Amino acid sequence: MKSIVYLVIGIFFGIVMLKSEAASWFRIYEMFQFKSFHMYGIIGSALVLGVIFIQLIKRYKIKTINGEQIHIADKNNSIFRYLFGGIIFGLGWALAGACPGPMFTLLGAGFFPIIIVILGALLGTWFYGLLKNKLPH
Amino acid sequence: MDLINQPLPWYIAGPLIAITMLSLLLIGKNFGMSSNLRTMCTALGADKTCDFFCFDWKGQRWNLLVMLGAVIGGFIAVNYLSGSNTPEINPEVINDLKVLGFESAGSNYLPLELFGTSVFSSVKGIFILLIGGILVGFGARYAGGCTSGHAISGLSNLQLPSLITVIGFFIGGLVMVHLIFPLIF
Repeated sequence: MKSIVYLVIGIFFGIVMLKSEAASWFRIYEMFQFKSFHMYGIIGSALVLGVIFIQLIKRYKIKTINGEQIHIADKNNSIFRYLFGGIIFGLGWALAGACPGPMFTLLGAGFFPIIIVILGALLGTWFYGLLKNKLPH
Repeated sequence: MDLINQPLPWYIAGPLIAITMLSLLLIGKNFGMSSNLRTMCTALGADKTCDFFCFDWKGQRWNLLVMLGAVIGGFIAVNYLSGSNTPEINPEVINDLKVLGFESAGSNYLPLELFGTSVFSSVKGIFILLIGGILVGFGARYAGGCTSGHAISGLSNLQLPSLITVIGFFIGGLVMVHLIFPLIF
């Protein structure tokens, strides 16, 4: 039963990614050229509502449907890994025009060359795992 | 019925993304798509190569289901909810892209030069997509999250590391589009 809930959330998310054009390489390019408000509007309005949701959850100690405390993990205090990891991700995001959610949506939408991007993303993740202990964090 | 064939405006799409995040929080999970890449690596046997992949990947089954849903969502959106699939991008951007050699700009959802099936026979095209993917996968794990985990969840929670990461996303994206694109396209 719970599986269906996850699947439905994913389907909803996939439809939003495709229909909002956040999964379009062109929109990502346009965003990095500062030539349209569209992507900034999507991320900005998601954030406005997201901040409100999280503040409400914290203020009213809203629990999960199972009655557990909602927990959002704090991230480590480091600058290096976030800045450099972010830059590497950004380079790839602009080049492939897809981040890890839309990648899968585009596969379902039938743009099969995205398989090469997904394969790359798996390789990149694996390379990180292999090099993790040698990288500054 | 015509309405569902229209593209989603930003002020609808953004809140729907926030609702996606909220739904997951309310069932006790966190919104983060790139974790699935690590899970898939482990499922494919990467746990035999290094500790980073030694975890019980079956505990992440829920997220793989979200990912599978995202695939199905893409299928549904294209086949049942679409009129025109061409984003109305800025005409200036269309011109710039044509100068770079992207003739399909302004007439497709994705550039056919990179995502048409002919790319499978182009060494350069395969190379670009593969490198793009590797950078996304590597960067997401190095930074501990991607657009969903940092730009949406982390910033919604006002976490400084996520702000640093998102600034990184933009530095990387701007360098790619403004400095590297002219060299490779």
